[in-house]
Amino acid sequence: MMLIRLAWKNVWRSHYRSLVVITAITLGVWAGIFLYGFFFGMFEQRMRDVIENETSHIQIHQQHYRDDYDVHLYISDGPKILEKLKADSAVKAATGRILSMGMIASPATGTGVKINGVDPVEEEKVTKLAEKIKEGGYFSENLRTPIIISQKTAEKLKVKLHSKIVLTFQAANGEITSGAFRVIGIFHSDNTAYDQGNVFIRRDELKTMLGDSIDFHEIAVLLRDQSLMEASEKRYQAAWPGLMVESWRDIVPEIAVIVDMFDQLMSIFMLIIMLSLAFGIINTMLMAIMERTREIGMLMAIGMNKTKIFFMIAYETVYLALIGGPTGLLLGYLTIQFFSRRGIDLASFSKALAGYGISNMVYPKMEAHNYYNILLEVILVAMFASIYPAYKALKLNPVDAIRKI
Amino acid sequence: MRVIETHNLNKVYDEMVIPVKAVDNVTLNVEQGEFTAIVGPSGSGKTTLLNIIGGLDHPTSGTVKIEDSEISAMSSNKLIDFRLNNIGFIFQAYNLIPVLTARENVEFIMLLQNKPRKERDARVKELMDAVGLSDKMDNRPSELSGGQQQRVAVARALASKPKFILADEPTANLDSHSAENLLDIMLKLNQEENITFIFSTHDQRVIDRARRVVTLTDGRVVSDVTKS
Repeated sequence: MMLIRLAWKNVWRSHYRSLVVITAITLGVWAGIFLYGFFFGMFEQRMRDVIENETSHIQIHQQHYRDDYDVHLYISDGPKILEKLKADSAVKAATGRILSMGMIASPATGTGVKINGVDPVEEEKVTKLAEKIKEGGYFSENLRTPIIISQKTAEKLKVKLHSKIVLTFQAANGEITSGAFRVIGIFHSDNTAYDQGNVFIRRDELKTMLGDSIDFHEIAVLLRDQSLMEASEKRYQAAWPGLMVESWRDIVPEIAVIVDMFDQLMSIFMLIIMLSLAFGIINTMLMAIMERTREIGMLMAIGMNKTKIFFMIAYETVYLALIGGPTGLLLGYLTIQFFSRRGIDLASFSKALAGYGISNMVYPKMEAHNYYNILLEVILVAMFASIYPAYKALKLNPVDAIRKI
Repeated sequence: MRVIETHNLNKVYDEMVIPVKAVDNVTLNVEQGEFTAIVGPSGSGKTTLLNIIGGLDHPTSGTVKIEDSEISAMSSNKLIDFRLNNIGFIFQAYNLIPVLTARENVEFIMLLQNKPRKERDARVKELMDAVGLSDKMDNRPSELSGGQQQRVAVARALASKPKFILADEPTANLDSHSAENLLDIMLKLNQEENITFIFSTHDQRVIDRARRVVTLTDGRVVSDVTKS
C-alpha cells in the first residue's frame, strides 16, 4: 500500500511529463482502436456483402460444374433438394438458379456475362438484388423477357432502362441460341467485378431457351446464422455426396483469407503501436530515474530493499499506462460508436474500393472482446516497459547515487 | 557497550589502475552513547569510513562489527535489511522524499519495517516533538527551510530505533542558527536517550560539541581524543 501511494505521488511529481506520456498512450490506444474498428467494419461489411449479395452461405452444384460451367452439369433432382433445404431449421431461405455463360449485346457493343436465371420471389429472400436496383424495378413489370443488368454493363453497352438487348449462349443441344430481352432494372452493388459479370433473367425463360431438360445448376442457401455454416455444410455434403457443397469461404477464398488473417494482421499492427508506446514509456521512466538517482540511492541507504524499489518504479510505469490506456479505450469506443451510426464516407476512393468489392461507406465496428484484448495488451506493455527502468534503478549503487548532484 | 568495532579497515579505489587508499588500516571502536566527530580535511577518507561503517560500501580488507554482527562480510541484500533495522542516516543534502510530507517522511522508514499504524503514529509524534516540528507535520520538504528539513531527517533517522546514527556533514548546508539548533537537538537526544551519534564533519561547531574527536589524514587515524 505504501509503495502504491508513493508511486502514485511520484507519477505527479512532474505533471507535464506524465501528462505528455499519458496523452501519448491515450492517442496510441485511440488510434489503434479506431484503425482496428475501421478495417474490421470494412472487411466485415465486405464479408456480409459476399454472403448477402453474391454467394449466400452455402452453394450446391453438380461435381465439376464450376470448372467450366458446362450447361449439362445441372442438379438433376434440384427442386426436391431445394424443398428439403427450405424445410431445414438452419436455413433462412434458399433458391435454385439456372446459369449460363453467354454474351450480352446492344447495338453499340457486346460483352461476356454470367446469365443468372432466377426465381424472383425466392431470389428476393436470398440476395439483396432487389434492394440494389437504382433504376426501374425488380421483375415487377408484367413484361415478357425482362432482364436486370448493372449500371456498369448499361454504361458499357450504352443502353438505358427499357432498351432492348440480346443474350446469346449455348443451348443444351449444343446449338447457339439468342433471345431479345428488355432492360427493366439497373442495379449497382459495391463490387465492380460482380456488376460487370452478372445479369438476371427469369429462371423459367432461361430454362425454355436452354432446353426443358435442364434443371438447377446452383442452389444458394442463406442460413439463419454464420455460426451454423460449417455444420450445415457437412450435413448437406453427407446428405448429397454426389454433389459439391461449398461454403462462401470455398467460393471466394480471397475474402476468407482476409477474414482469417485480419486478427493476426491487426495484432501485428497493434504490436507496432504498443512497442512505440513501450519505448516512449521506457524513455520517460529512465529520465525520471536519472532525475531521482540521489533519492533512490537514499532510499536504498535507509533500507528500502531492491524488491520494493523495483515495484515502486514498476507501479509508476503501470500507472501511466493505466490512466492513458482506459482513456484511449473510452475515446476509441466513443469514436467507434459515433461513426458506426454515421459511417465514414470514402466517396473519393469509391472507384478503387469498388475494384475490391468494398463499399465507399465504412461503418467502423469493434466487438467487446477486442476492447478487452487491447486493454490487456496495454497492461502487458506497461508491465514489460516497467522492467528495464526498474532494473536500471536496482543497478544504482547507493553510495554513488547519493553523491550524484 | 561496544556498538561499532572496526579492525584494520582498508579501502582502496582503482586497485588495478592507480590505487588510491581512501581508508588506511583504521581500527576504531565506538561505545553506546558516544557523540563522536570524525574530522579531517577534504579527501581524508571521512565519508568513505562512514559509508563502510554504515554498510553502504564494502572495505577492501578488514572487518566491521556492529554489536555481534560482522557487516563487512554481508551481501548487499542482507546489508539493506541490516541498515533498515540498525543504522540511522543523516545526509548532508537532507535527502527527504519531496513528494511526502514531513510526517510521511518520518513514518516511511517504519512502513519499511512493517510497524503497525498505532506505533508509527505515536513514534512520529514523539520524534516531531523532539525536533521541534510538531506544527510542520503536514508540510512537504519544499515548504520547509534547510534547517527544518535537516531536523526532519534527524527524526527520520531515529524513527527505526537504530543502534546508532551516522551523519555525513549534517550542518554543511545550514546557516549558523540552524546548525546550532540542530546540534542542540542531537546533543539532547544523545544525553537524554543515550543515542549514539557519529559525524563526519569539518564544521568547528560540531567539533566543539563532540565529546570524542577522531582525526583522519590520508585515510589514517592520526588522533583520537576523548574530551573529559
